[in-house]
Amino acid sequence: MPLVLNEEQNMLKDAAKDFCTNSTPISQLRGLRDGASESGFDTDTWQQMVDLGWAGITIPEDFGGLGFGYLGMGVVMEECGRTLTASPLLSTAVLGAGAIIHGGSDELKGDLLPQVAGGELLLALAVEETPHHNPYGATTTAEKSGDGYKVTGSKKFVLDGHVANKIVVVARTSGNAGDRDGLTLVLVDSGAGVNVTRTIMADSRNAANIEFSGAQGVLLGEEGKGADVLDKVLDAGRILLSAEMLGGVQECFERTIEYLKVREQFGVPIGSFQGLKHRAAQMFCEVELSKSVVLEALSCLDDDSEQVGELASLAKARLNDTYNLVSSEGVQMHGGIGMTDEYEIGFFMKRSRVCEHSLGNSAFHRDRYGVIQGY
Amino acid sequence: MTVLEEFRLETRGWLEQNCPASMRVSVPEDQIVGGGKRQVYANPDAKIWLDNMASKGWTAPMWPSKYGGGGLSKEEFLVLQDEMMRISARAPISGMGFSMIGPTLLDYGTQEQKMEHLPKIVSGEIRWCQGYSEPGAGSDLASLQTKCEDKGDHYSVNGQKVWTSGAQYADWIYTLVRTEPQAPKHEGISFVLIDMAQPGVTVKPILLISGNSPFCETFFDDATVRKDSLVGQLNRGWTVGKRLLQHERSSISGLSSGGKKGRYDDMGKLSDIAVEYIGKDSGKLADPALRDAVIQNELNQRAFGLTQQRFMAESDKGETATFATSMFKYYGSETGKERLELQLKAMGTQSLGWEGPAFDVKERTLTRTWLRSKAGSIAGGSSEIQLNIIAKRVLGLPD
Repeated sequence: MPLVLNEEQNMLKDAAKDFCTNSTPISQLRGLRDGASESGFDTDTWQQMVDLGWAGITIPEDFGGLGFGYLGMGVVMEECGRTLTASPLLSTAVLGAGAIIHGGSDELKGDLLPQVAGGELLLALAVEETPHHNPYGATTTAEKSGDGYKVTGSKKFVLDGHVANKIVVVARTSGNAGDRDGLTLVLVDSGAGVNVTRTIMADSRNAANIEFSGAQGVLLGEEGKGADVLDKVLDAGRILLSAEMLGGVQECFERTIEYLKVREQFGVPIGSFQGLKHRAAQMFCEVELSKSVVLEALSCLDDDSEQVGELASLAKARLNDTYNLVSSEGVQMHGGIGMTDEYEIGFFMKRSRVCEHSLGNSAFHRDRYGVIQGY
Repeated sequence: MTVLEEFRLETRGWLEQNCPASMRVSVPEDQIVGGGKRQVYANPDAKIWLDNMASKGWTAPMWPSKYGGGGLSKEEFLVLQDEMMRISARAPISGMGFSMIGPTLLDYGTQEQKMEHLPKIVSGEIRWCQGYSEPGAGSDLASLQTKCEDKGDHYSVNGQKVWTSGAQYADWIYTLVRTEPQAPKHEGISFVLIDMAQPGVTVKPILLISGNSPFCETFFDDATVRKDSLVGQLNRGWTVGKRLLQHERSSISGLSSGGKKGRYDDMGKLSDIAVEYIGKDSGKLADPALRDAVIQNELNQRAFGLTQQRFMAESDKGETATFATSMFKYYGSETGKERLELQLKAMGTQSLGWEGPAFDVKERTLTRTWLRSKAGSIAGGSSEIQLNIIAKRVLGLPD
């Protein structure tokens, strides 16, 4: 693994930084929240991101994408994480597109992927049925019907499910909740037989609870073997979400350090107190380690390495914990002002917790890492 | 084939021929070779292995060949390391000559000093130790009081150093001494090299909580120092001394292994040991709370190793930036200590054997290693000092 970015990736990172700083500062997220935006993201901004090619970064060139790989998508996600940019990038370009790339027929890919890259199609992945990540826990059923499948059941916390045109549903064709075998992925249109209830989360981002009542869709991957595709999609999602979290971690940490230098109490900057210095230095170490695991995990995705699963769990567990720590300390070290809505530091804490519970909390990923390692 | 691939093939072939079979297993603690005139080789293969490696300069692979080193580039060094790991070849020799004074002389030594000392480190002929801390100068190292006076044709040194690791086996000692008592504390210090084979130098081992005596007290009574043994400028030794501390911190953090191996991995993988002593339930380590902690520690070790590799990859010369050294020293020693605490929990009462046949060698070694690991976050600048350095030098937090 190279563990350093190449020139093209660095250029993309710089471009993404410029874009996010200028076009999607945190004030945009605040505006979407206060204006009770229907989509939860700014559609003009999304179109600009599409024009920059971001929706197709990981989509192969043959299907209208850039074929630029996961490290490329990672640096974009990281910069989006710094400014808490609200966009359907993860749900559409990583999770939804990933399911089609790994599970779709060539015909389906040829039809849908160019639409994703062109920003005409929004996607979502419907996995969860309880408040905790449980990738094999589906009780939602899929039954063969004509050329496709009919899906029935309820899903929770479907990221961007309120705006998606098509939804990848993790359903069951055999076995019991918790079985890896018997899962089947079905791609359904968000229309007949699909009842979407938008959920507005603390981070001002959006998800949906969705009832499927005999919604008709097409098969992705093989019947009963959906977990093979699902694992790949989830691991890519976990790693790219970790990249977003890494951006938030760094921004939140840098803002906090800056505050320690300017805020004065007892006649001196509070950053001169050893009680805060040591905590700041400990966070610095956690942040540096976080950078390394994200970089390595993204490289593994690009290399289609056998270690993707363990690296996804390594990265997600670490970023969950680091984002939690840095954002909690961020509020604490800002003191009273950190508790105000007017100040932006609290936005990072809210985002960190939603990220933490998306695609597996730390306990989930430590357990999974142990299982992969054979203990 | 690229030049590097060719180098890999050559290296592989050379190691195949020149690394004795008995050197291809991890080294028992009492057989680690440190070199020097008092070195005894329990296994004669260890001497053969050392001489073979020294003849290539590969005991100090990246030092220039004119000083006896291997003259390898960073990439070649990594290949050599890979190839040695491939056959589980142990390090032929290690010690402060390689990890600390050698690199410091390369930075600050005169041509004559390099020619005099470096080849003897490479060959293992001379072993070095460090005279830094004093009874009254620990974390506040710059308050050191050991006196060094100009006697015309030589210097004379008087005072006491403490925690001089391996002084009882060493031939030379590098020291920080006070040459200008009236100057502000950082500005009256010099860095000198002292031949220990003289009546003015006395060494007394200190028994530690681990039951071993890796550290000593070293006394100087009118010890004689050659004028040309001053490294760097007179009264500017703090600069040299700080640079050397960076090398020390790198070696304590396990940085020298390039991040590919954890500090205590020679004892076996923590999770394997836990499974051996506790067993499994439905395929998982049977103690769920300990399992979670073991996994957390292994995740941290892995993230730490990746970070070491990342910094190696980012730096051109394979050297580490100052701030990174403190981070690695802090994180490496703390994670290492935690690993051993978890190993104690995993092995239960079998982890606390002191001596006698009720405990096997591995178990007794752990007891001592666990106790000794506590020095990792004290020696070479405590964890608290490393955090101070990160806060000041990296984060720019005010004094």
